[in-house]
Amino acid sequence: MAYTVVGKSVRRVDAVAKVTGKAKYTDDFSERNMLVGKILHSPYAHALVKSIDVSKAKALPGVEAVLTYKDLPDIRYATAIPGIIEAIATDDVTVAELKYGTAGHPYSLEENHRDKEDRNILTRKARFVGDNIAAVVAVDDLTASKALKLIEVEYEELEVLTSTDAALKEGAPLIHDDCEGNILSSHGYEIGNLEEALQESDHVIEGEYETSIVQHCHLENQVSHAYVDSDRRIVIMTSTQIPHIVRRIVAQSLGISWGRVRVIKPYIGGGFGNKQDVCIEPLNAAMSLAVGGRPVRLELSREEAMIDTRTRHAFKFKIRTGINNDGKINGIHISAVSNTGAYASHGHSIASSGGGKFRYLYPTKALKYDPITVYTNLPVAGAMRGYGTPQIFFAFESHIEDIAKKLNLDPIEIRKKNVVKEGHVDPLSKNTIRSCSIRECIDKGRELIKWDAKKALYKNQTGDIRRGLGMACFSYASGTYPVALELAGARIVMNQDGSVQLQLGATEIGQGSDTVFAQMVSEVLGIPMYMVHVISTQDTDITPFDTGSYASRQTYVSGMAVEKAALEVKKKVLAFASSMTDIPAHLLDLKEQSVVFKDSGEKVLGLEVVAMQSYYDRVNAEPITSDVSNNARINAIPFGVTFTEVEVDMKTGKIKILEIYNVHDSGKIVNPLLAEGQVHGGVSMAIGYALSEQLLFDEKTGKPLNNNLLDYKLPTIMDTPDIGAAFVEKEDPTGPFGVKSLGEPPIVSPAPAIRNAVLDATEVAFNRIPMNPQRVFEKFKEKGLI
Amino acid sequence: MYKRIAFTVNGKAYNFEVDVRESLLDVLRSHLGFTGAKQGCGVGECGACSVLIDGVPTDTCIYLAVWADGKEIRTIEGVAEKNGELSEVQKAFVDEGAVQCGFCTPGLVLTTTALKESGKDYTREELKRELSGHLCRCTGYQNILKAAEKSLEGHVCTCVDSPHYKGE
Amino acid sequence: MYDIKGYYDAETVSEATALLAENPNLKIIAGGTDVLIKMHGGQLEDAELLSLRKIKSLEKIDLADDGTIVIGAMATFSMVFHNTILKDLIPILTEAAISMGGPQIRNIATIGGNVCNGATSADSASSLFALNAQLKLESKNGERVVPIREFYLGPGKVAINPGEILTEVRIAPEDYKGFAGHYIKFAMREAMDIATLGVAVVCKVQGGSFEEVRIGLGVAGPTPLRCLEAEEYAKGKKISSDTLAEIGKLAVKSTKARTSWRASKEYREHLVEELTQRALKTAVVSAGGAEVV
Repeated sequence: MAYTVVGKSVRRVDAVAKVTGKAKYTDDFSERNMLVGKILHSPYAHALVKSIDVSKAKALPGVEAVLTYKDLPDIRYATAIPGIIEAIATDDVTVAELKYGTAGHPYSLEENHRDKEDRNILTRKARFVGDNIAAVVAVDDLTASKALKLIEVEYEELEVLTSTDAALKEGAPLIHDDCEGNILSSHGYEIGNLEEALQESDHVIEGEYETSIVQHCHLENQVSHAYVDSDRRIVIMTSTQIPHIVRRIVAQSLGISWGRVRVIKPYIGGGFGNKQDVCIEPLNAAMSLAVGGRPVRLELSREEAMIDTRTRHAFKFKIRTGINNDGKINGIHISAVSNTGAYASHGHSIASSGGGKFRYLYPTKALKYDPITVYTNLPVAGAMRGYGTPQIFFAFESHIEDIAKKLNLDPIEIRKKNVVKEGHVDPLSKNTIRSCSIRECIDKGRELIKWDAKKALYKNQTGDIRRGLGMACFSYASGTYPVALELAGARIVMNQDGSVQLQLGATEIGQGSDTVFAQMVSEVLGIPMYMVHVISTQDTDITPFDTGSYASRQTYVSGMAVEKAALEVKKKVLAFASSMTDIPAHLLDLKEQSVVFKDSGEKVLGLEVVAMQSYYDRVNAEPITSDVSNNARINAIPFGVTFTEVEVDMKTGKIKILEIYNVHDSGKIVNPLLAEGQVHGGVSMAIGYALSEQLLFDEKTGKPLNNNLLDYKLPTIMDTPDIGAAFVEKEDPTGPFGVKSLGEPPIVSPAPAIRNAVLDATEVAFNRIPMNPQRVFEKFKEKGLI
Repeated sequence: MYKRIAFTVNGKAYNFEVDVRESLLDVLRSHLGFTGAKQGCGVGECGACSVLIDGVPTDTCIYLAVWADGKEIRTIEGVAEKNGELSEVQKAFVDEGAVQCGFCTPGLVLTTTALKESGKDYTREELKRELSGHLCRCTGYQNILKAAEKSLEGHVCTCVDSPHYKGE
Repeated sequence: MYDIKGYYDAETVSEATALLAENPNLKIIAGGTDVLIKMHGGQLEDAELLSLRKIKSLEKIDLADDGTIVIGAMATFSMVFHNTILKDLIPILTEAAISMGGPQIRNIATIGGNVCNGATSADSASSLFALNAQLKLESKNGERVVPIREFYLGPGKVAINPGEILTEVRIAPEDYKGFAGHYIKFAMREAMDIATLGVAVVCKVQGGSFEEVRIGLGVAGPTPLRCLEAEEYAKGKKISSDTLAEIGKLAVKSTKARTSWRASKEYREHLVEELTQRALKTAVVSAGGAEVV
């Protein structure tokens, strides 16, 4: 379809605010005399607190409160803080004992569909180095830091389990008493008859693959402010992707009703899934309550944020694939062990979701997925861009490359032979592939990198510097349907001049959602972008309900709500115009700030005339607004591919990316410039994942070794090659304006593509990432290349 | 312990006592309200807190406030024209899509501004090197580099061997 | 806020040495990129700081009449990199300077601070070792000059006495005239990183042979070091790939690399062997020798 604004690279609605320093982030709202909160982290990965003495810390001038696992403000009883919060609880569980889950998932009315509740605000049992034992509120950060050092804690050290192997060992101590064998879950799936399918195959090929723990490294660390307002409600301003969920979880953590919490989310400095979790807000609320509701600021340092928020799960895979001589895959068996660290957070959802999204790419007669998610004494793994797919696609796209090599099949042809076709219905989710351009994406990528010419050129290399080509494919999803609720809300208010305010529950986190939503409204209402005012700040008191920014759901799922809200406004405008002109509404349309005849485009009324009338008509005044929710009970599957060329220094083990292209089938692209930006960022993050990034821990103690931005090697501008982004645009019939998701997909396929290119260049298969120079050296040495 | 310092921020003179324990970032953000400078790491590893001190990009998180005595400081709030018109560099960042979450943006706009105002020529590699003190996790640096190149139009030489620095 | 108990500025070297003599607890701060970061990490508490930042005389970079290169201790890495004297005469130092951190760090970090911090990974160290740099230390009671190889005592430990301030880094004409060199920083990233290995070589070439070779390495042991055995071997040897290979092997003998989470001893030693050869290959060409293939 031809659109006026959708599909155009209009400039970001928040760009000017961000280049002038006017965009305000949480910490930019600091109040004068705000108190400062700091956390006492456990130095042990697995230990019980035997005793804790806070008297010296409390005595330090400038210290306002010290909180411990046994001394948390309990506001559910009238005696706790008289006059601040009314009593509401009648049960006999103390706040200190209340357990809650932190994952940013929509609440579920079915108990067995909820996240594991395994966390206390402060804990008596340390489960990783960094766990929260106590906290201090003081007049300034230095006083708070000094007070932390005065808290005397006696620990009883327990056996430390830093690997899934150790945690799964018979007789291993339990990290959570109620979790047998330290296995959080082992729920998987099976389609068809795997053993039969493998038996029918000409070959059964096996492989093992492994990914590492990495971290989001959004530039803005977790930060929040909390206070109790004059209405005796807890107000929290926080850097989050999920304000409405933060509200619920803070209330749950304190055992109070949800309406007693108000959450405000201003601009945020990146999230990448780490802020789809509730890390600091419950403690921040408790800190404020401990000082009579005064405002308290809680900001994690970078060193804290890298271990005490969330990480990406490390996975180990074993894969068996049954395949025929012609390259047709009959059956796949994937076993996976996922390391979720000390607490569940998103837990097994990561393994499940990865396995779910993987299913769409290569439908086979039989597919068995056996994932287990295991607790260990490492920092908590949670959501991170890709949500399980970077892991499983690294494994399988490496595996299929190994198969191609073994069977002497063309790596591109083997994929083309097995990728899904339009009309396929997934047997488990029942989602239908209504649009699929993966083949076109592959063709485009092949052309962009000049695959055929270079392949010929790089045959039989022998020198110290060798080059190679690789590619990998992926499939994803747009939101979480049918696994979880996909509710989104939007509200539009038309002003007297025909401009509108757009309020959203969906959160702008840098990805550009505010801009694409404004484009959608602009398109539907026939008004220019400058007449759409997006209220970027979410405030749970005011903002429509939406579960937030995650699962690449914004443009697709929240976009549906926005389109619906805009269509409702349009309908009301046309009805009002009809009442003013007696022209039947169905003959009218909106274009260029006017009500026009649908067929001829001839102007009937200026939009501002209708808007004014809607406000001030003595008889019929009724300002035009809409306030909608949309429950998306549908999904659209995006696809894509990475092609890359690498250069390997055979002597130093350094891998350099010479060219890299990501080609995406994300349906209609609403804003090409912003879409390219998503691809650039995702690919860059994936390059780090493939080559350099890994959060490291001492194996014995679980102590972090590199939790800072110097020692954790995320790419600088000098390490990032030119990144090519391309799209094969085919509108998906289900998405608003034909869109499918794009936020997370760019990170999925670069790592295996790079790995496959290194294999092409060196004949060495790296089945573990990152492929940093040390690992490459070791492997080359093992292979006798050095 | 306090020390009196005199300095200018975006042309406006200040003269007051600062706590010697405070960083320039603390003073700019908490006392003077220049919140465009951000804290991302506190140890000079990310560049989110960079401002121009006497025209030179500097990480203010590891720069004591007392050192600002006698300096001219320029923050992101002082880059646009007085009438609100964006500078060439700001326009380039907007037009090239170099902004996503925006947390690294103020520092990058300031460093690019310093490069532009230096009047020097840079190769693409040099330009990358000059921007390398700013980490960005959103953009993969692609559009940031484009914006910097556009800002320095006419001063980005494609010569292999620059007079300033021999390339790779 | 930093945990600072006291803060003093000196405007001249004599003022600084007088203050130091008065209060031996004073911790010297130059660019701050090491000291403040230590405070941030809690390794330095209740600090009393003596800042040298106002001593402008220490920022000078000069060529003395006798050909000695004199670099003021407060010269920043940016000043070192942009200085034309250094670029012309000892480019291995300017190459090392530009490899350090990122621009904002180079704009405040000083060469004196880099040396006094005593890290084996100091970006200036391998070049200064290869150049036989001399360090001028001043105190209230006078001054002394120490060769850089005697200055580094161990990780974070340098031979600076209480009351002393490093004021100059000096390079004598006989140590650089007629030499060409090359510096390689091998790190995991191309910017904002500390070296996995720093290799600085200088050589003098005469009629297809090495007249003299000096090899300075960083992160190949607890302190920066020189590869004396390899250097001795190289003297008078015909330049060939075999000679280079032998130099690379011998260079490893001088190292005391250890395994850390950053890299294994074996890998570091391999890099020493390989990168010493690579650095020499480039240096030979700069010194007017033929390319070694």
